[in-house]
Amino acid sequence: MIRIDCPWCGMRDEAEFTYRGDATVTRPGANAPEEAFHDFVYARKNPRGWHVEWWYHSSGCRQYLKVVRHTMTHEVRTVARATETPEVPSE
Amino acid sequence: MSQPFRLPAGGHVDRAQNLAFTFDGKPFTGHPGDTLASALLANGVRLVGRSFKLHRPRGIFSAGPEEPNALAEMRDGARREPNTRMTQIELHDGLVAASQNRWPSLRWDLLSLNSLIAPVLSAGFYYKTFMWPAGFWEKVYEPLIRRSAGLGRASGQNDPDFYETMQAHCDVLIIGAGPAGLAAARVAGASGQRVMLCEQDSILGASLLGQDEAWRTATLAALAAMPNVTLLPRTNVFGAYDANVVGALERVTDHMLASPAHTPRQRYWTIRAGKIIHATGAHERFIAFPDNDRPGVMLAGSAAAYVRRFGVKAGRRAMLFANNDAAFEDFFTLQDAGIGIAGIVDPRTDSAGAEAARARGITVWADSQVIGTAGTLALQGARVARRGSSGTDTLVAADLLCVSGGINPAVQLASQSRTPVEWNERLQSWVPGTPILPQFAAGSVNAVTGIAAAAADGARAGAAATGGDAAISLPTGAVADATVLPFWEVSVKGKSFVDIQDDVTADDIRLAAREGYKHIEHAKRYTTHTMGTDQGKSGGLIGAAVLAAARGERVQDIGMPTFRPFTQPVTWGAIAGPNIGKHFEPTRLTALHDWHVRRGAEFMDTGAWVRPGLYPAPADSDAWDTVLREARAVRRSVGICDVSTLGKIDVQGKDAAVFLDRLYTNTFSTLPIGRARYGLMLREDGIIFDDGTTSRLAEDHFFVTTTTANAGPVMQHMEFYLQTVWPDLDVTLASVTDQWAAMSIAGPNARATIQKVVEGLDLSNEAFPFMAVGDATVKGCPVRVFRISFSGEMAYEIATPAGFAETVWQAVIDAGEAFRIEPYGLEALGLLRIEKGHVAGSELNGTTTASDLGLGKMIKKRGDFVGRALASRPGLTDPGRPHLVGIRSVSRGEQIRAGSHLVETGTTLSLGWITGVTRAVELDGWIGLALLEGGEARKGTRMTATSPLHGESVEVEILSPHFVDPENARVRV
Repeated sequence: MIRIDCPWCGMRDEAEFTYRGDATVTRPGANAPEEAFHDFVYARKNPRGWHVEWWYHSSGCRQYLKVVRHTMTHEVRTVARATETPEVPSE
Repeated sequence: MSQPFRLPAGGHVDRAQNLAFTFDGKPFTGHPGDTLASALLANGVRLVGRSFKLHRPRGIFSAGPEEPNALAEMRDGARREPNTRMTQIELHDGLVAASQNRWPSLRWDLLSLNSLIAPVLSAGFYYKTFMWPAGFWEKVYEPLIRRSAGLGRASGQNDPDFYETMQAHCDVLIIGAGPAGLAAARVAGASGQRVMLCEQDSILGASLLGQDEAWRTATLAALAAMPNVTLLPRTNVFGAYDANVVGALERVTDHMLASPAHTPRQRYWTIRAGKIIHATGAHERFIAFPDNDRPGVMLAGSAAAYVRRFGVKAGRRAMLFANNDAAFEDFFTLQDAGIGIAGIVDPRTDSAGAEAARARGITVWADSQVIGTAGTLALQGARVARRGSSGTDTLVAADLLCVSGGINPAVQLASQSRTPVEWNERLQSWVPGTPILPQFAAGSVNAVTGIAAAAADGARAGAAATGGDAAISLPTGAVADATVLPFWEVSVKGKSFVDIQDDVTADDIRLAAREGYKHIEHAKRYTTHTMGTDQGKSGGLIGAAVLAAARGERVQDIGMPTFRPFTQPVTWGAIAGPNIGKHFEPTRLTALHDWHVRRGAEFMDTGAWVRPGLYPAPADSDAWDTVLREARAVRRSVGICDVSTLGKIDVQGKDAAVFLDRLYTNTFSTLPIGRARYGLMLREDGIIFDDGTTSRLAEDHFFVTTTTANAGPVMQHMEFYLQTVWPDLDVTLASVTDQWAAMSIAGPNARATIQKVVEGLDLSNEAFPFMAVGDATVKGCPVRVFRISFSGEMAYEIATPAGFAETVWQAVIDAGEAFRIEPYGLEALGLLRIEKGHVAGSELNGTTTASDLGLGKMIKKRGDFVGRALASRPGLTDPGRPHLVGIRSVSRGEQIRAGSHLVETGTTLSLGWITGVTRAVELDGWIGLALLEGGEARKGTRMTATSPLHGESVEVEILSPHFVDPENARVRV
């Protein structure tokens, strides 16, 4: 079980959170072409290694968090607020 | 009753007390401190089960969780539990146990004939033998396999016991309470940090038992005096997960006949540990040789444990087959206990152990091996031959053959923690390497063997984990060298088992390799090697070694199958814990629930909500009578329905209107204050997500409703866009679903009804038209009135803070008395919405677009919103897509079924399906809604609705989905 150190609530179990997906993609602007939205919805890198993901503290503060997680080891390196840009280790 | 194999003294058993138990219906006695296995051995019972596949006779093989053979059905009736290890069952008075896998009896097992057809039951037999003919599988093969294979039987009844779920945190978790674990706990505990010590056994000490009791007792006393140390005996850590979180099963009352009041049978622990010390010890492994599964063949360390811990002789005349000195030392314990000694077979040419044995007067056959065993239901002897020689062998009489091929450090939990394992040459086995998580390994799991050395290693680990002082007194006891000669299999013809529980032989592994299943993971699955309750603790590595030899490689180069939870079986009861029956998930009741109960409603579950389905009246002859009566009341006079379960979200802030414009396909910034609007929400991929009405209460204040099912997901969706996509918007969201009760009053007399009780609001059509919203009071209770309609009739929704719900509801009912107001439930609601052609969950099913449902005009042409870009993709705008239509059976009385497919009459190609059906009140007979390819163009035609499941075909008309008031005039009067 992953443990996530919520910046608002402290260290909590994974069970309190809802995974939302890739936090490295950003929603295109209003006038962006269809292809940009296609990539936003469907195109994912699926990296082996460090990844930034959205986790929603659904049974806690209801905040979306940016979690820097290693997809092989499940190690959580950083948990940032939604508006922050956490540092991602190179490997 | 006598126990002929019980020693006069020694061990952790209380000879002063007798415990009566039965095995296969036969009465026996044992003592407190016994396991079922030790008590059976004390009574001279050698045959305790039949094997899984071949039904070969089997005896007690070990003294712990690695037991492959001695599996019992414990207890009877509803408490019967299959596949329990007799070596772990603590004896208690009145214990009832039965052997498994025998028919009709243990001694005369007819299915042991399987042994004669064993060539058919070789590796992969499931895949080969039972493939043909296909029709035979269900009728012949499966019942045959179920009779002949399979382990014990479940009770088939509800479990009368209860189970607890425990959550715990600690600084240091120590797994295992042998010399290393106890020493680690002593050091870690002295640091003052929170320490937990889990031991799967009922008493702490492991190899210390019967060796250094004084050190063990003193250490336990010291630990008991430390308030920061929690000792959990009978607690097996079954799995290690991410971030040093482990799961453990505590067997609280398994050692009692029945649980005392208010005491759970077992506890399921989730422990979050800062650091973990693995002091899990090691499991002795055996050696593969022909008929190494005969009752009377036993692990050498286990035979010694029966002497030291239980005061039991596992046989009268023992011999040893071992490749290491540590096993010799265990064997000497048997000699010291007075067991007759037949001799030692040692594949090594020379060893310190052999020298010591000869000094004790024990015959040692060096450079030799056991090439077979004699006996049928019990061992009578072993055949000994020189290694490498073919020809002469000697039959040595013995009823106990102790075997040791070395030890396998119990790396399972370390490996599950992603600690890489490393090959240890001395032990010829895997040990934990450098851990990734904050973990340590100590004692024999760390290849540090011998009691004093293991304890010193435990003290070191305890100090490393806490910064404490490792200098403590150390125990004394076995010191013999665990170094082994690599020796896995006696290479002669015969059934040499590598997995005794699963009846996997060395030949099976070689067959798997020949047939291409050369990878260790493939060979495991093809042969079922290590897939039993013992998870290959003793034999797993032997099978790997045989596979490596077949591949011409070294065992350390082919790896081990991935270790996964569970290290020991865990009951479903413990996993479920208290989350059973009504406690499986929360139940949500509306504020009006008690009223519905008093009114005699029949309830339906919708998600976690319990909602009234219908309100039967005494005169109703069936449910349809009730539903049609309720729906008619709405169409002809007035009805009232509890709609509190709809999701409600309060949206406030300067940018609230902009936010909603971006989330919905239609525009809310143009909505006047005091008005409501129906809104449609898409997913980013262009598919409909949800719908509902949104009201503007103030310039910067909106009240959003969602469908019941999507209340949570819509809230989450809104939070996501607000927090991550448009964090600059000044908007605050609050879920208020439970804070507001809501009721819908619908029908031609709706206004006349509520006008009697609503105060402070002019409800006339001019002042409060369709889609108007206003605040008022009912009997002094604050309410919000919304003029919105789901039924298609003139309707009002009244929302009130949940605490006022019943007062307001009753006031409306009283006011409606003159119009014979009827409460109506979900069934009538469904009828009314189908008649009106309003979409619900069956149509908003995650595959439909706005235009599919005739809602295309709700998509605004200007401005961005979620789903805009991708909704215009060709695949989602194709006019051939299934489109919402109404259907009606041509022969009016003929029932149509939801889920039926629509086909051109006389064909079988499905062109669509029926999403919902009902008997109608506005018109005769059965109607429904359907999603039909080219539905628009098919209106006015006839098709066949077919349900092959029911063998039914009904001729239907394709119509507009709006059976009632398509002009939407009624809602506006």
